Amino acid sequence: MVTTTAATDTRRRIVARPAAWLVWGAVIFFFLNLLGVVGSVLVSSFGQRWFDTWFPDGYTTKWYGDAWTEFALLQVITVTLQVSLLVVGLSLLIGVPAAYVLARRSFPGKRAIYLVFLLPILMPPITYGIPLATVLYKFGFAGHLSGVVLANLVPSVPFVILTMTPFIEQIDPRIESAARMCGAGMRSVFLRVLAPLLLPGMLASAILVLVRTVGMFELTFLTAGPDSQTLVVALYYSMSAAGIRAQQSVDAMAVMYTAMMLVLLVIALRYVNPTQLVARVKEEPEP
Amino acid sequence: MSVTTPTPAVESAGPPAPARAHWQHRLAERGVDRHLWLLTPALLFVVLLFLYPFFYGLGLSFQPTEGGPFSDYARFFGDAYQRDTIWTTLGLALPAALLNVVASVPIAYRMRGRFRGKRLVTILLVVPITLGTVLTAQGLLNFLGPTGWFNRVLTALHLTDEPIRLVHNYWGVFFSLVITGFPFAFLLVLSYLSGIDPTLERAAATLGAGWWQRFRMITLPLLMPGLATTFCLTFVLAFSVFPSAVLVGNPAGETRVISIAAYQAAYEQYDYPYASAIAMIMGLIELVVIAVVLFARTRFYTGSTGGKG
Repeated sequence: MVTTTAATDTRRRIVARPAAWLVWGAVIFFFLNLLGVVGSVLVSSFGQRWFDTWFPDGYTTKWYGDAWTEFALLQVITVTLQVSLLVVGLSLLIGVPAAYVLARRSFPGKRAIYLVFLLPILMPPITYGIPLATVLYKFGFAGHLSGVVLANLVPSVPFVILTMTPFIEQIDPRIESAARMCGAGMRSVFLRVLAPLLLPGMLASAILVLVRTVGMFELTFLTAGPDSQTLVVALYYSMSAAGIRAQQSVDAMAVMYTAMMLVLLVIALRYVNPTQLVARVKEEPEP
Repeated sequence: MSVTTPTPAVESAGPPAPARAHWQHRLAERGVDRHLWLLTPALLFVVLLFLYPFFYGLGLSFQPTEGGPFSDYARFFGDAYQRDTIWTTLGLALPAALLNVVASVPIAYRMRGRFRGKRLVTILLVVPITLGTVLTAQGLLNFLGPTGWFNRVLTALHLTDEPIRLVHNYWGVFFSLVITGFPFAFLLVLSYLSGIDPTLERAAATLGAGWWQRFRMITLPLLMPGLATTFCLTFVLAFSVFPSAVLVGNPAGETRVISIAAYQAAYEQYDYPYASAIAMIMGLIELVVIAVVLFARTRFYTGSTGGKG
C-alpha cells in the first residue's frame, strides 16, 4: 500500500513500518561508515599529531606543503591532466564514428564486432593489462606518457561507443536523409548536422571518460614509468612505502586527489544522470 | 538500411564498368557501403591494442622460459601457494558481489518512488565509486584501524573490550569491496527497477495481492535479468581487486589474490610467459563465472518490462 500511494502522491509520507526503518537504518549505517572513511583521511591530513585519541592534538596545514614538494605533485598533476585530456580526445575521435555506424547500420558481422568492443569492459583490467603492458614495453611505449595514454584508451573507446549509441539512436534518421537530399556530402552531414545534435552526448561521454581515466589505477600502474605516474598511482606508491613518509602527508595527498575527483564529479553531475557514471548497460533493443 | 547513398562508382560509371557497379550495389543492399569505413579507426584500435596483445600474451604463455608448452600452466596448478590464489579471489569476490546485489534490492525497492532528497542520495552514492579503491584503502586504514573511529565507537559503547582487528586481513579487503561495490550495484538495480511499469503492481494490488506476493510474483521475475547483469558487473569489479588487497589486506597470506600472483610474476620475477599464463587463467575463471550467470539469465523472462526502460 505504502509504495503504491507514495508513487502517486507527490507529498512525502512518514512511514513507520519496521521494514522501512531497517532499510533506512542500513543506508544511514553505510553513509556513516563512508563519512568515517573519507572524514578520517581529511581530519588526519590537518592534524599535527594523532595517536590514541578521538581527534588530533592540534591542527596545521603544513602537511600539504610537505606533500606538494615531497611527492613532486605539480609534475604528477600535470601528467594526470595531460593523460586524461589526451585519452578523452582520442577516444571521442575513435569512438563516435564507430558508435554512429553501429547505431544506424545493420551489416553482416555486426554482432561479432559489438562483442569485441564490449570485451574490454567485461574483463578485469589486470587480465588484459599484463599482456598489453608486455607488448607496450616491447615496442618501447610503456614507461612514457604515450604508453599510459594507449593503455587507458582500451576501456575508454568501448565506453564512448556504449554511451554514445543511445544518443545517436535518438536522432531522427530523416534529418540526415533530408540533408542528403539537399546535396550535403558525408562530411557536411557529419560536421553541420550530426555534430551539433550530438554535442550534449559527446560532452556527457567525455566527462565520464575523464572521471574514469583520472580514477583508473591498474592500467596506469602497469604501464607508467617514474615520470609518467598519475595521481592515483603516485598515491598508491606513497602508501605502500608507508613508514618512510609521515602518514599525514600521504593523507594530504589523498585529500588533494579526493578534491580533484569531487570537482570533476560536480561538473559531471551537471550533465549526466548518476547511473551513467556507473555503467551504461545496453539492454535488448526495443522491439 | 533505408538510406543507401549512391557509391562513387555508380556516379562516374561509364558503360565499361557495369559489372563493378553491380557487386557494389549488391553489397550495399546488405548494408555494406562506404559508411562502414567510419568503423576503421575503432577496429584498428581494438585489433592493435586489445586483440593483438591478448593473443600475444596467449602465445607467450605457451612459450615458457623452460619446459614444454604447458609447463607454466602446470607450474601454476602444481604449486599450492599459487593455486590457492584462485580460491582466495573467489572467496572474496563472490560473497562481496552477492552481498552488494542482495542488499541493493530491498533498498532500491524502497527508494524507487519519488521522495525528497533522492537526487542527494544518488549523488552521495556516486562518491565512493569515483574515489576508487586506492583512496578507500587509505580511509579504511585510518577508520578501521586499532585506534580508528570505528573501534573507538565500539569500545565506547562497551560492545568490545579491545579493538577488533579489521585491517590487514580478509575483512579489510571485504569492506573495501562493499564500499566501492555496493553503490555501483545499487544504482544499477535502481535504474532497472524504475524501468518496470508500476501499473503492473497496482493491478496486482487491485486483485488482492499483498506486498510480498506483489514483489515475489511481479517485480522480482521482471527484475531477475537486470540482477544477473548487475551481479556480473559487480563481480568483474570485485574480481580484479588489486590495490585494496595489497594495502588493507595481507598480500602475503590471507588475501593473496590471483592478480597479486600475476603482478609478482611480471614485475618482480620478470617472467612474462608465466605472468601471461596467470592472466589467462584469471580471465578464463572470470569468464566461466560470467557465462554461468548469463546462462541462468536466459532462463528468466527477458522481454519488455513495460516501463520507460
